[in-house]
Amino acid sequence: MARITHGIACSHIPVLGYAFDHGKDGEDYFKPAFEGFDWTRQFMEEEKPDVIVLVYNDHASAFDMKIIPTFAIGTGEIYQPADEGFGARPVPPVEGHADLAWHIAQSLILDEFDMTIINEMEVDHGLTVPLSMMYGHVEKWPVKVIPLAVNVVTYPPPSGNRCWLLGEAIARAVESFPEDLKVQVWGTGGMSHQLQGPRAGLINKEWDNMFLDKLIGDTQDLRHIPHIEYLRETGSEGIEMVMWLIMRGALGKSTKALHRHYHVPVSNTALGHLVLEPVDGSVPPSPTLEGNNAAAQALIA
Amino acid sequence: MTDIHEYLAEFDDIPGTRVYTAARARQGYHLNQFAMSLMKEENRKRFHADEKAYLDEWPITDEQKQAVLDRDYNRLLDLGGNIYFLSKVFSSDGLSFVQAVSTMTGMSVEDYQAMMMAGGRPAPGNRSIKDKN
Repeated sequence: MARITHGIACSHIPVLGYAFDHGKDGEDYFKPAFEGFDWTRQFMEEEKPDVIVLVYNDHASAFDMKIIPTFAIGTGEIYQPADEGFGARPVPPVEGHADLAWHIAQSLILDEFDMTIINEMEVDHGLTVPLSMMYGHVEKWPVKVIPLAVNVVTYPPPSGNRCWLLGEAIARAVESFPEDLKVQVWGTGGMSHQLQGPRAGLINKEWDNMFLDKLIGDTQDLRHIPHIEYLRETGSEGIEMVMWLIMRGALGKSTKALHRHYHVPVSNTALGHLVLEPVDGSVPPSPTLEGNNAAAQALIA
Repeated sequence: MTDIHEYLAEFDDIPGTRVYTAARARQGYHLNQFAMSLMKEENRKRFHADEKAYLDEWPITDEQKQAVLDRDYNRLLDLGGNIYFLSKVFSSDGLSFVQAVSTMTGMSVEDYQAMMMAGGRPAPGNRSIKDKN
């Protein structure tokens, strides 16, 4: 059976991609940001996960204002890096895992998460920067990726609680996939940052570290933080951290931290990174009719 | 359940911030779609060759057009622009996020960068207009 082995949280600041692509990661300004990923690159080489469910948000690249899906899952075979206005990042195309992705999509819908299904799209820095941070320079990504895009741009984004519940539903879906696969769930974006208006540049180290602390262990406090608290405490773009709660929800009842990194500033943003392992990975059973219906589940098995 | 009116009203209490609400998304729809068009190299070229003419191809208001010509990003936020879409405009000008974002703060780029190096703008004093905290 497929199983969730680890969760990774990571900011997806675009300038990290720029520095990485242009060999500037050793410069004084970027060095402390990049050094915090040395441990993780080593870890990924040893761990070799088969698939990553990569939770991120699109930044006006694949989606414009025409269509705004709250939760969208990529079920395609391959995703090309997007040209975000200054040429596409020189990184390999991202290979999907269509079988597992379709299995998760179907399971989530039966679990009453009304997913948008995407067969073709380009992926922007939100998805490719974390891959570069975790794998370094590669000819081909040594892992398959299931993109899971969340709307955190147009209000209201999903609540933290909803994100946590989605994570639990992803865990149930992965567990019911018959192939033996090591699956990681990544939550990206954040931490505190504000890119607009006279209050731009807001950073809140104290709050960010509280958030990192509470992703570890068995507390569920984070799922109850309202949007207004993210906005006031972490800047208008800090709301991206709700995506980390999808990762946390998928890891089950309790976690331990294997690695933690925090650095200010990278451009306008506080960089946060955490590698988590489930201690008790159990999640509540599906509360839904179809989720508990053997015939419905047999159809997607 | 959350009361949508109370939920939205709280956003106006955050100092120096325009939350990208449905109302702003409606007001700025064509403005943001114009910005999105600059993802394509041929459109960037046409825009920079004659900005006014390019803007006139879009069903956006004169105020919005003027704010684009002025690169007045706070004004553009007020008129429904979203920063991720507006970033296509300043990227096409060759500006980084730090350079463009600093123009909205009333600080010079140097002062803004120095503030970021020193740990950023603190949350205390910047959370709420009414509570002054």
